Amino acid sequence: MIGLEGVTIRFGERVIVETMSFSVPRGRSLAILGPNGRGKTTTLKAMLGFQALNAGRRLAPKIVGYVPQSASYSQRYRVLDVVIMGRAARLGLFRQPGPEDFAVARAALDKTGALRFESAYFDRLSGGERQLVLLARALATGSDVLVLDEPAAALDLANQHRLLALLGQLRAPRDRAIVFTTHDPNHALTVADDALLMMPGAHPLFGPVEEVLTPDNLERLYGVAMRLVDLTGPDGVLHRAVLPAFAGMKAA
Amino acid sequence: MVDALSERQPGAIQGAGLVRNTAIFAVLAACLVIALIIGIGAGRFSVAPLRVLELVWHGVVDPSRTLTGMDERIVLLVRAPRVLLAALAGAGLAICGAALQGVFRNPLVSPDILGISQGAAFGGALGIMLGIWGGPLIALVFSTGLAGLALVGFLSRIDGRSETVTVILSGLVVSSMFAAVVSLLQFVADPNTSLPAIVYWLMGSFASATWERFLTALPGLAGGLVLLWSLRFRLNLLSLEEAEARSLGVRTERERWLVFAAIAVIVGSQVAVSGIIGWVGIVIPHAARLVAGHDHRVLLPASALLGGAFMVVIDTLARTVTAAEIPLGVITALVGAPVFAVLLRRHYRERNSE
Repeated sequence: MIGLEGVTIRFGERVIVETMSFSVPRGRSLAILGPNGRGKTTTLKAMLGFQALNAGRRLAPKIVGYVPQSASYSQRYRVLDVVIMGRAARLGLFRQPGPEDFAVARAALDKTGALRFESAYFDRLSGGERQLVLLARALATGSDVLVLDEPAAALDLANQHRLLALLGQLRAPRDRAIVFTTHDPNHALTVADDALLMMPGAHPLFGPVEEVLTPDNLERLYGVAMRLVDLTGPDGVLHRAVLPAFAGMKAA
Repeated sequence: MVDALSERQPGAIQGAGLVRNTAIFAVLAACLVIALIIGIGAGRFSVAPLRVLELVWHGVVDPSRTLTGMDERIVLLVRAPRVLLAALAGAGLAICGAALQGVFRNPLVSPDILGISQGAAFGGALGIMLGIWGGPLIALVFSTGLAGLALVGFLSRIDGRSETVTVILSGLVVSSMFAAVVSLLQFVADPNTSLPAIVYWLMGSFASATWERFLTALPGLAGGLVLLWSLRFRLNLLSLEEAEARSLGVRTERERWLVFAAIAVIVGSQVAVSGIIGWVGIVIPHAARLVAGHDHRVLLPASALLGGAFMVVIDTLARTVTAAEIPLGVITALVGAPVFAVLLRRHYRERNSE
């Protein structure tokens, strides 16, 4: 379980969010949606405990599996050595990772499909590959909460597809809480149960995806008219997609 | 055989890495041992390497016997404590550099930046001027070194948190302040007695090494080395971005200060017995990174071994190249500065090409 309760955050005079409450229980996933500069990342930081709160409190386990948007690589570490760092909280100050920790790290890499470059240097990987490694590190912490900061922001369409499929797989067993930020509402429709819309005016909207992702809300959120379209997928199941109103218009 | 095994086992890479690391450490340890033997043997009274081994063996087996031969006395009473102290000091300075560069995520920082070296230099200069020698001098050097670190800690702590940049800048400020006071002490020191002693000490030397001095420095140097070595996996974590490290359960600030304290103990002990020796902490970790990689679990012990060997070689050169002893700081700077210049250019060229 992870969430915020009655949280207010201000940057000087500017109110980012006011008395915001939401929670993500085990088995559910939450997409935090909004344009840039509306407090998505601030909310995420507040959930992780990196952001001072002006009011309210944070509900979170001791260790949260966190996948940063881009990782630091001032040093040249191998992929397996990056993932093994996920075990730090269990090892404490002076203990070294043992065979069991390496087994966990490998299993996590296997889960994200990154085992094949376990001995490559992390800083030599592509953005998409790095994401998979950082996701493996978050899994290796053993936490049942996973928090991803803009996981799809730097990815091309094929890698976005791969990442969403992977998040879907991680969500399927319903044994962890997953939170991610994105500015594409279609990502929320694909892998989220709930959505938190960072509306203008510091009062975010929280609820199940099918209730809060309405054309009206989305238009207010992004400042662009939006349409919801239902498409029949190749499997015969009806899928819902969000399109900005300009989509489908022909260039004159 | 090894290949056949590694193909089947999931731990293949670990296996290959283990073989590689064992080879690296074997070579580095051999370098250190060879440097020690040559260091003990070389000098105006030269002793052959085999005779060195024989005498050291006698000394280890029966330390309490009376020494009769001239070579025996030189090897066991004069040169053995000197090369061992040099090795330990070199290992300490190198491991401090490696740890600091990890913590600051900056390959160009060195132990001098935390105000410890200059703080310790102030204590030493003051002690020499007041005519203090031996144990009290070491205590004074050590406490002013720690005071330098504490001052940096106090200055860089703003609103309960200290940022990396403020730590580096505070280190600069504190170092300059201590350096100014040291200059003032030199200015007022008696040019016939205390001034030469201060100048010589500031340039670093192991010439005054005795078993007594070795034992004085041993607890601090060895304790600090062991503490940093046992934090080796933690240093990997501390080299990550603040938020990443904290999300993985690292109490970054507290652990960083633990590393700093270990470094203060090492540098303080080293400066107390052998004066200021620069450059080792920056050149050696870089060389070690080239052979052992960036992972602190391997880098720290590799830096220590290489630093020990390097220091012994430098000290041997210092006392054998000319009739008079050359101050260590002069040689380490002459060797270190060009190496550093090359590293600096390469570092930024690599960064720009990314």
